[in-house]
Amino acid sequence: MQPVINIKNIKKTYIMGTVEVNALVDLSVQIHKNEYVAIMGPSGSGKSTLMNIIGCLDTPTSGLYEFNGINVSEMNDNELAKIRNKEIGFVFQTFNLLARSNALHNVELPLIYAGMKKTVRHELAEEALRHVKLEDRMHHKPNELSGGQRQRVAIARALVTKPSIILADEPTGNLDSKTGVEIMGLFNELHAQGNTIILVTHEEDIARHAHRVIRVRDGMVEHDGPVENRVLPGVHA
Amino acid sequence: MRLADWGYEIKEGLAISFHAIRANKMRSVLTTLGIVIGIVSVTLMGTAIEGLSRAFNETVSKIGADVLYVQKFPWFDGGDNWWKYRNRKNIDLRQYKMVRDQTTLAAAVTPTAFAMAPIKYRSLSSDGIFVIGANDQYATTFGLNMEMGRFFSQAESNGDRPVVVLGYVVAEKLFPSESPLGKNVKVGTHTFRVVGVVAKQGSFLGMDLDNRVVIPITNFLQKFSNNRRGLSLNVKAADINDLENTKEELRGILRKSRGVKPGVEDDFAINQQEMFIQTFNAIGGVVAGIGLFITALSLFVGAIGIMNIMFVSVTERTKEIGIRKAIGAKRSTILFQFLIESAVLSLIGGLIGIVISYPLSLLINQILPTSMPLSVVAIAIFISLLVGVISGFLPANRASKMDPVEALRYE
Repeated sequence: MQPVINIKNIKKTYIMGTVEVNALVDLSVQIHKNEYVAIMGPSGSGKSTLMNIIGCLDTPTSGLYEFNGINVSEMNDNELAKIRNKEIGFVFQTFNLLARSNALHNVELPLIYAGMKKTVRHELAEEALRHVKLEDRMHHKPNELSGGQRQRVAIARALVTKPSIILADEPTGNLDSKTGVEIMGLFNELHAQGNTIILVTHEEDIARHAHRVIRVRDGMVEHDGPVENRVLPGVHA
Repeated sequence: MRLADWGYEIKEGLAISFHAIRANKMRSVLTTLGIVIGIVSVTLMGTAIEGLSRAFNETVSKIGADVLYVQKFPWFDGGDNWWKYRNRKNIDLRQYKMVRDQTTLAAAVTPTAFAMAPIKYRSLSSDGIFVIGANDQYATTFGLNMEMGRFFSQAESNGDRPVVVLGYVVAEKLFPSESPLGKNVKVGTHTFRVVGVVAKQGSFLGMDLDNRVVIPITNFLQKFSNNRRGLSLNVKAADINDLENTKEELRGILRKSRGVKPGVEDDFAINQQEMFIQTFNAIGGVVAGIGLFITALSLFVGAIGIMNIMFVSVTERTKEIGIRKAIGAKRSTILFQFLIESAVLSLIGGLIGIVISYPLSLLINQILPTSMPLSVVAIAIFISLLVGVISGFLPANRASKMDPVEALRYE
């Protein structure tokens, strides 16, 4: 089966002043549909760079990146924007909701950029919010919601376009542990429903929810294999 | 991109800009101040220029600036050639008829001559009245309106009828309590029947334009026979913008009728009120020039203000731009969003400016006959939109080109 993400020998070099920094050195990875992958690594490992490239926020300096068989490594800004809009659902550590818009509008936003009709948009956004059990908070603004609720809105926003992957960057980093567990429960559920989830984290506890872990160090894959001591869905440690 | 997409983008852009402007009310209002001042000056200048041109047109017809005066003496010349001018052949009715029959560019032609005479009705009399001999075209030529009655007709003029049209002041003096129409008055020693009274004209350069009477020219020549002076031919151009061509045509007809040989200089003068036209044009030009300068300056300051605040806004919202890009906003979408915001900001300034300048235009109306023309309002709205788009372009462009990774990292 064709992988959703096929990364082959990519390299990413930044120029910091006069010094070249190799954030990624010859990294290859494949992720298939309905996988639940944790990408781990200490800060400076290249983990964030990898996530940005996977999320089509950035392109590699060299190497191949195919998304659903389409080469995205040489796409321009607008083409990348389209891929991000349709194929990738982002969940960020700091939620990254628009402060002045209510939950419903935040969830609708990707659909607006997809050029969808208002009635259809509303329906899909409401459905996504129901999915994360926030149907009674639709008209609240982010500052009227708790951290967990905000992250649920962000997850609804990621889900609403029915993307090929959900890319979560430290999704529990700004939450207390109890809420964090709830959010991880939601991710487990989404995975069980057939979504492909990529989790970027440095916390072993969080990574243990995934089925596969990719450890990155010095811009290379250090380890790639199944998760041991996996937290089973529904079992809240 | 499909048209419908633009629709969504405009709607979303408008919603975002209203949110943003409402969130920073004070800042937005202060920012628009430059545009407000610019638009106030645009509309007031437009109104003033409109008023000046109306005033000009009114004055033109009052003083006859679209009228060419064919005479022996030129108006604006020193006294050295006085004898030369004096000894020129008189302008007579034959020449008048040639001009009348041959002209194609004139709207009206009237010969005139004048004398001073007393005027009497029963026991009331008035001295030193300006008696003008003219034909029926006189009223058209000088744009006279009638207070009552009518001007004498062509038949009356050609048939030497003893009829007279009174100036407003003359009628007031001689007929304080009755209608002058149909009454017989004595002009000098001759009896004339009053057929009309000219509406009040006021004075021009100290001359009372209402203290005069007009009688048919042939009648005048017989009864006030100071024929030595000859006539003045007054030719009203059909179009004031065509005054020069009318003048040339007139010159040709006159040279022929007066038998001036080719190569010999004109033995007549075609005078015109160009001095006044020039003065008016100069005033209009100065007002327009100053106005344009002030307007351009204040709009420029306004544009800089908006550009500045848009740069601030873009920087403040770096994170938001990053979020929007992450979930699929294209460069053009972001560009459009900020362009709309700055256009809306500027438009608000423009609308405030229009609201402020309306009462001010009523003040101008006290001095000049004017009202704020709708075209000026439309232009003001267009200009404020344009200023908004232009001044918003650089900030919007910066926003659209932000790297999503860095924008997301911005705190």
